[in-house]
Amino acid sequence: MSAGFYYGTEVFLNGLMTGVLYSLVALGFVLIFKSSGIFNYAQGVMALFAALTLVGLQDGQVPFAHLINSIFGTQVHHFGWHLPALLAILLTAGVMVILAIVVERYILRHLVNQPDIILFMATIGLAYFMEGFGDLMWGSEIKKLDVGIPQGGNLWIEENTAFLGGDDFYGFYLDSLDIVAAVFAGLLVLSLVLFSQYTKTGRALRAVADDHQAALSVGISLRFIWVVVWSIAGFIALVAGIMWGSKSGVQFSLSLIALKALPVLMLGGFTSIPGAIVGGLIIGVGEKMFEFLIGAPFLGGATENWFAYMLALVFLVFRPQGLFGDKIIERV
Amino acid sequence: MFYREAGDFKTTYADDSQTFPIKFDRYRYWAVLAFAFLVVPFIINDYWLNAVVLPFLIYSVAAIGLNILTGYCGQVSLGSGGFMAVGAYACYKFMTSFPGMDIFSVILLSGFVTAAVGILFGLPSLRIKGFYLAVATLAAQFFLVWLFNKVPWFYNYSASGQINAPERTVFGYAVTGAETHAWAVYLVALIFVVVLAVIARNLTRGSLGRKWMAIRDMDIAAEIIGVNPMTAKLSAFAISSFYVGVSGAMFFVLYLGAVEVGEAFGIGKSFIILFMVIIGGLGSIFGSFAGAAFMVLMPVLLKNVMVGQLGWATDLAAHFEFVIVGGLIIVFLILEPHGLAQLWRLAKEKLRLWPFPH
Repeated sequence: MSAGFYYGTEVFLNGLMTGVLYSLVALGFVLIFKSSGIFNYAQGVMALFAALTLVGLQDGQVPFAHLINSIFGTQVHHFGWHLPALLAILLTAGVMVILAIVVERYILRHLVNQPDIILFMATIGLAYFMEGFGDLMWGSEIKKLDVGIPQGGNLWIEENTAFLGGDDFYGFYLDSLDIVAAVFAGLLVLSLVLFSQYTKTGRALRAVADDHQAALSVGISLRFIWVVVWSIAGFIALVAGIMWGSKSGVQFSLSLIALKALPVLMLGGFTSIPGAIVGGLIIGVGEKMFEFLIGAPFLGGATENWFAYMLALVFLVFRPQGLFGDKIIERV
Repeated sequence: MFYREAGDFKTTYADDSQTFPIKFDRYRYWAVLAFAFLVVPFIINDYWLNAVVLPFLIYSVAAIGLNILTGYCGQVSLGSGGFMAVGAYACYKFMTSFPGMDIFSVILLSGFVTAAVGILFGLPSLRIKGFYLAVATLAAQFFLVWLFNKVPWFYNYSASGQINAPERTVFGYAVTGAETHAWAVYLVALIFVVVLAVIARNLTRGSLGRKWMAIRDMDIAAEIIGVNPMTAKLSAFAISSFYVGVSGAMFFVLYLGAVEVGEAFGIGKSFIILFMVIIGGLGSIFGSFAGAAFMVLMPVLLKNVMVGQLGWATDLAAHFEFVIVGGLIIVFLILEPHGLAQLWRLAKEKLRLWPFPH
């Protein structure tokens, strides 16, 4: 076996790990789309906002410090405490619930029965709003997020796979963070499936996803369900924000993971949870392998930006509803 | 009192189907044109040109283009930034390859090149609909920006990867390059805007526009009554891309002069143009102008107030701008989903009855 083969395998495995993170973001989209028909562009910014809030709470930053200093000429910046990671995560989860309530109360409630495209645009507006608001609240400099997840190459895997190759092969390099992220994503999906299958709220959620009016007529409160769904999407955003934030710092580019999740959705279908997972894995592996085999050697690199979109585009031409999406039936 | 159709008798079919059926509107239209062509060139200076007037004119063309596709034909596109880049780079290649060509033909040709690219990326719209299509157009955005970054032929192998507009003159006055006259640049842009807007207005009133609107309202029903979805959708993509390409070319040669593709034509540009169309009003040519004016003027105004008056840091003002733009979009969608154009329509309805509303 050549070194190229092992290197390719490593790229494959790393693609798989990245794919899990894509799936995580895509999952948030699918949940909201299924239950309210809203394509929530703000999911990526929600992840950024969650990560910013987490760091801010952990380090005891004063919210709106920059603004307060500009108006009153003061010099406040930190409260001076340092919260334990778990407490900060719980508090941030609380903030995401409040966010869900605010979004339902001030945006969704007023846009019931509007065409889908109007709702989509409203979430773009929300994304802009939260992006500015998050920066205003916590400052826009790059922050380090550390909640105690191990980072760097995983030695155990490296040592235990070294025997596979020759003398110049030292085992597969996998980031521990990616492995933790994959485990968390798996747990999250499992608990979501259990939640939606075996709890009363979960059943109500599925009922709303199937038919709004029928759900209303049997006494399910649409508004409550929307708050629940947006909260869950907020938790998923929080998890995604923690993983991506630990990996590359909390900064504006974190919100761009939404753009990475979009082709995943197209590939998997907007309405399918398994689709989001499988689509994420395909895109993660596909773009890494394409960059490794074709992009870097022949096309000058950086193909990861568009490969996923092209793949999804070509795929959709043959199967317009995605891999697992509901069949699109249209009537006049 | 003055704004009414009573007493304005139409005696020919041409009169009956004119763009502005009310006399006051016609006079206002000519007055605005006269002001724009005869007064503004004498009072305009470099600051006003570059801060307000030129971006407004150029974005108007882009907004009209996107409005044709999204507002009239119902195909949401998030790839406008990429198509603007096509226009700019086509313009650059024409200008450097054929130094003798005048600026008007160059910009128009860039528009045609963009139209061809637009048809190519419009092809999936025959199979893909709704959100899937909106996301699919992002493929155009990312792929085109990557292409112009990575293939040196497009930027003539320059070391910086930038493209710079060489100097071109119209009747001896420089309109591109380093030494330009504000009024000359303004007039070139204005001529494009006026001609393209008149064409767009008439296209959308004619049979092609009706086909687009039929497709927008329900594509299957439109197909059943005899609208060919392929020609309707692809023509919308082509014409829309033509407008966006022309605006991209103007953005490059008249406004920026030097362009780095990821910075000037990134995904942010696509969203700004989309916002113009939404805030202005989907399916309205006037709305495209209103939206462009709003999105160009608001940051200037905010910056003047917050940085100039209150003395805040510029990054703080930039964050506030995001909050305000996002908030306004949501407020607009909730209060008036049809945008500024609808407010204008309501105002006109009220005016017709004023001062005796009952």
